[in-house]
Amino acid sequence: MSAVSNHGATPYYFVPGPSRHPVMAAIGLFFVILGAGQWVNGHGWGAWSLLLGMVIWLTVLYQWFGDAISESQSGQYSDRIDVSFRWSMSWFIFSEVMFFAAFFGALYWARNHSLPMLGNLDHQVLWPDFKAIWPSAMAGLTASPAGTVEPFTTMGPWPIPTINTGILLTSGITLTIAHHALIAGQRAKTIFWMWVTVLLGVVFLGFQAYEYMHAYSELNLKLTSGIYGSTFYMLTGFHGFHVFLGMLMLLIITLRLTKGHFTADRHFGFEGAAWYWHFVDVVWLGLYIVVYWM
Amino acid sequence: VESLPGGPAVNQTDLHPPVTKIAAEVQTLHYGLMIVCLAIFVAVFGVMFYSILKHRKSVGAKSANFHESVSVEIAWTIVPFIIVTAMGFAATKTVVAQKDTSNADLTIKATGYQWKWGYDYLKGEGEGINFLATLDTAQREMSNSGHPSGDNYLLKVDNPLVVPVGKKVRIITTANDVIHAWMVPAFGVKQDAIPGFVRDTWFKAEQTGDFYGQCAELCGKEHAYMPIHVKVLSAEDYSAWVQGKKKELAAKADDPSKVWTQADLVARGEKVYASNCAVCHKADGKGAGPIKALDGSTKVLDADKMVQVQVLLNGQNNGAMPAWKQLSDTEIAAVITYTKNSWSNKTGQTVQPSEVVAARK
Amino acid sequence: MSAVLDHHGDHAHDHAHDHPHGWRRWVFATNHKDIGTLYLLFSFTMLMIGGILALCIRAELFQPGLQFFNPELFNQFTTMHGLIMVFGAVMPAFVGFANWMIPLQIGASDMAFARMNNFSFWLMIPAALMLVSSFFMPGGAPAAGWTLYAPLTLQMGPSMDAGIFAMHILGASSIMGSINIIVTILNMRAPGMTLMKMPLFAWTWLITAYLLIAVMPVLAGAITMTLTDRHFGTNFFNPAGGGDPIMYQHIFWFFGHPEVYIMILPAFGIVSAIIPAFARKKLFGYTSMVYATGSIAILSFIVWAHHMYTTGMPVTGQLFFMYATMLIAVPTGVKVFNWIATMWRGSMTFETPMLFAVGFLFVFSMGGFTGLILSMAPIDQQLQDTYYVVAHFHYVLVAGSLYALFAGVYYWGPKWTGVMYSETRGRIHFWGSLVFFNVTFFPMHFLGLAGMPRRYADYPMQFTDFNQIASIGAFGFGLMQVYFFLFVVVPMMRGKGEKAPQKPWEGAEGLEWEVPSPAPFHTFENPPKLDITATKVIG
Ligand code: HEA
Ligand code: HEA
Ligand code: CUA
Ligand SMILES: [Cu+2]
Repeated sequence: MSAVSNHGATPYYFVPGPSRHPVMAAIGLFFVILGAGQWVNGHGWGAWSLLLGMVIWLTVLYQWFGDAISESQSGQYSDRIDVSFRWSMSWFIFSEVMFFAAFFGALYWARNHSLPMLGNLDHQVLWPDFKAIWPSAMAGLTASPAGTVEPFTTMGPWPIPTINTGILLTSGITLTIAHHALIAGQRAKTIFWMWVTVLLGVVFLGFQAYEYMHAYSELNLKLTSGIYGSTFYMLTGFHGFHVFLGMLMLLIITLRLTKGHFTADRHFGFEGAAWYWHFVDVVWLGLYIVVYWM
Repeated sequence: VESLPGGPAVNQTDLHPPVTKIAAEVQTLHYGLMIVCLAIFVAVFGVMFYSILKHRKSVGAKSANFHESVSVEIAWTIVPFIIVTAMGFAATKTVVAQKDTSNADLTIKATGYQWKWGYDYLKGEGEGINFLATLDTAQREMSNSGHPSGDNYLLKVDNPLVVPVGKKVRIITTANDVIHAWMVPAFGVKQDAIPGFVRDTWFKAEQTGDFYGQCAELCGKEHAYMPIHVKVLSAEDYSAWVQGKKKELAAKADDPSKVWTQADLVARGEKVYASNCAVCHKADGKGAGPIKALDGSTKVLDADKMVQVQVLLNGQNNGAMPAWKQLSDTEIAAVITYTKNSWSNKTGQTVQPSEVVAARK
Repeated sequence: MSAVLDHHGDHAHDHAHDHPHGWRRWVFATNHKDIGTLYLLFSFTMLMIGGILALCIRAELFQPGLQFFNPELFNQFTTMHGLIMVFGAVMPAFVGFANWMIPLQIGASDMAFARMNNFSFWLMIPAALMLVSSFFMPGGAPAAGWTLYAPLTLQMGPSMDAGIFAMHILGASSIMGSINIIVTILNMRAPGMTLMKMPLFAWTWLITAYLLIAVMPVLAGAITMTLTDRHFGTNFFNPAGGGDPIMYQHIFWFFGHPEVYIMILPAFGIVSAIIPAFARKKLFGYTSMVYATGSIAILSFIVWAHHMYTTGMPVTGQLFFMYATMLIAVPTGVKVFNWIATMWRGSMTFETPMLFAVGFLFVFSMGGFTGLILSMAPIDQQLQDTYYVVAHFHYVLVAGSLYALFAGVYYWGPKWTGVMYSETRGRIHFWGSLVFFNVTFFPMHFLGLAGMPRRYADYPMQFTDFNQIASIGAFGFGLMQVYFFLFVVVPMMRGKGEKAPQKPWEGAEGLEWEVPSPAPFHTFENPPKLDITATKVIG
């Protein structure tokens, strides 16, 4: 199953031999989607299928990345492969940008087109008493023409989102310090600053979880809070999920660093995770402005 | 089968004969565009077939070796650019005219329901009239039988929309459940009806007669069975119709505070059921596939009558069971009483219109 | 089939130890050629399933009245036919071509990420299983059309969720496949294979992959919102809570329109390889072909609302989208003209690949012209959601994408399998398909002009004759594809037929013809030295 064409020298372009990881991962995801589809429809067993699928999938990923890491460590990856990784990570991040674009687009459309339209003169035929004002622009409104949404308070930028902004920006700096340390060959320092970065990620997620709890219990701001709640939770939740992923990536990189992986001039694994982290950071800035301030 | 005037003709190969200015303009545009496209097509593929005939190896053609020419390339970028821009210009005026719904003589709201149209005359002569237009039930049965007949098959409705000739009629579309589209080809009109939103379109019919269309946006299983029939009448006939319709509506209007006997409610409810509910839940109340049976349903049998009232007023399962709030209080009361006392359901409960009024808040 | 593909022994580059056998070879594959074959077989299977659904549709529409299926089931057929054809048949087929041909054409040893490549393939299997099996779920398969418009999707049963998750997985597969293709092209070209010397097929795929990465996530976003609206109480598409059903359409078509070019650009690439080969003359206007492809891709992002003229956009919106859409005719026209100029004063022969390529050109353009007619807002007001649209997109998809795929199978099939197809059978397949295709879909223009709406299980009596003609044509067309499968594909896979030379086509150019037929398991393990045109290996 493992690497071939390995006669000590680095091949021009390493092509792995047959591998059971892809098909196993696909089987894992099969159970995931099978389970998810059933679970959302109220079939309890779906949750188990989903869990089983996740376990399979994560196990496979662990082995798969393990293979890749040992191939990398054994010097199979030429510079050209390094370039491939760079390209692929960039394009992957581009795809994530477009994923976020769909949700930002939804927010834009709902706020600037649908809502004003629902409140205009023509629409008084349907919604005679509706005032089309985005909830964050006036306290107490729900932007729900049918009045079906319970009153809620919107989430302002103070204090948690602003603290979180600070945390993410700081984490960008600590990550850069770690990177410079790695380039300078100061492994202990790298590892230290990586742990700080991971920790900042965790704190961010902690604050966000707290913010959600606060929203649910005190502001009555829920997923069901009309279009405001929908876009608020979709954007921040999807972002939070990406922070979680990025944090995991950084954690894995940190653990690898403690194992002695990466050199001062060859450490794309590190850089890829860092790019992803910065991307998550930038998306947050967008969110911070359009979701919390506007 | 014969052609249906105002509806499809047998083996019709062109747009409907236009009955409005817009439809006429559309037809002209279509002819114009067809001619231009055909001309380009013939020219371009004429060259290709000439080449196929002459430049084949079997007739001894030797291949030349040119493979670039900037001037030619620029030419065949610019010329099509000019052509399409000209096409765009030609259409612009019609686009603007089509969207101009101002200064209408008559405004009618058309609401799409799964699966019927509701019409409310909002402004102009006839204001206040409202009714539902449903496919004639015999047509639906014919469809099921697999052996339909009739020139107006699938186009016959119980209450056609009636409008005066030569007047600008503004149609406001909206919907109750999912998206539908209100289309009358002879008028050159098609407008999606979107739940929660209103859109509008207009027409000014230039001749009297009957004109037909169908719902043009996938709206669920009975999508093919919610036709549109517009009757265009002369001004006098229209006024007469308005008078008649108003009287009819006044006579039919139910007083929601009236107290009914159970037998009367069941009798009335059976009719309401047949024309609204039976498509899905079936005449025997057994439902089919994903559609719940009413016969023996816990919600129908529930001792708390409000359970079923709420289902009818608000729908259920994301609107898979649509809300029926457009029915009158009496109709809702009647149909609930009917289902509570039909088939194997023997609750003996009666729901009075006043209870529905209360439930509406 | 493995019998044929296994046969490679004499090639110097082969590593015996790197050459798996039996089922492991396919299931654990990391070889681009094997994965390409898997993709092609998968897509052909889906074409059959989608085709059978189409035949069910046509059978029901043979006469007015309901003969075979209830309207609910009919809508499920329509929806699943569209989804399966688009996501199961056409897109994977082009990925299969990309897998087989791009490394060969640019002198790369394999795809950039061989394991991820296999992952992209195997992800399609669970997704396809979920999609197809949704017919057996309570309430049946999704029946809201392949466009999955809200709020109708909110009414669907549990199968809708299966469908949504399946689409997520297909999207992930497409994105990974596209990243692989882009990276392979950008990073693995043999020295001397500059971008502007690359075969157009690689170019069109480069641009297609870019489109895919840009729009598949947007589709995922749209259907994720559908999912949360269905189950988690959000109100994205529910006006009562401030949402908007039209918002779904905007997001969907922002994906949907580039999607249709995703299905045609690689077809352009295939045709651009075939026409010069059989005209024995270099492709005319290579550079402008590249720019035209790029322009189509860029324009495709700003035309989406031509699918939404009847939703009631403001005048300015209608005009903007109308003009932008019409503009696409310009770069597409450049391509058509270039192909014809390539044929002009060539020395043409008409083997089956060329027949399909010319057929493509002719019939696809008819579809392009009807597209132009649809793009004119006032006319579309009449034609939207009628059979005219159905006619338009089958002209561009079946006679466009599918014909190009057939052309490509005949053209490169000998390279894949090492045997030639039978020319007579190829011709029968072509002429049969051409005739029956037009019999099926041409009358649909008339139906649409006369106002027959699409997604209808039943129709007024006056539409009967044209529907009958279309149905007869559809069965004929289906039979031609069965013929293709049994008499062309199966014999080639089993290695029956004349042995194919390394370069079966006199006028063909490119690195794929520099390796033996069938292409050995490993090719270009070390980058080849190329001549100045980058079409020949010189060392
Ligand atoms: C391969 C797929 C493909 C391709 C290539 C195209 C190409 C085009 N399409 Fe099509 N289209 C679809 C697939 C495709 N389409 C599908 C699937 C749908 C329906 C989706 C659904 O609702 O389910 C659809 C629907 C659709 C609509 C919406 C119809 C409606 O629902 O109301 C419109 C409207 O503008 C349109 C327009 C066009 C145009 C202008 C082109 C242009 O790109 C065509 C350009 C080509 C030419 C014009 C011919 C060659 C050019 C010349 C020879 C040059 C000279 C010409 C001139 C100067 C005019 N298409
Ligand atoms: C690339 C995509 C593609 C392809 C190839 C096709 C191919 C065909 N399509 Fe499809 N079609 C779509 C994409 C495609 N379609 C889309 C996107 C829609 C819109 C869906 C929607 O509205 O949501 C649509 C809708 C659509 C409709 C409208 C349905 C409606 O509005 O209700 C119709 C009706 O005639 C139709 C017919 C056909 C036919 C007859 C073929 C034929 O070309 C098919 C030919 C048949 C075969 C290729 C099968 C042959 C196999 C066998 C006969 C079995 C043999 C078995 C063995 C050998 C084991 N299609
Ligand atoms: Cu209503 Cu289709
Ligand atoms: Cu389009």
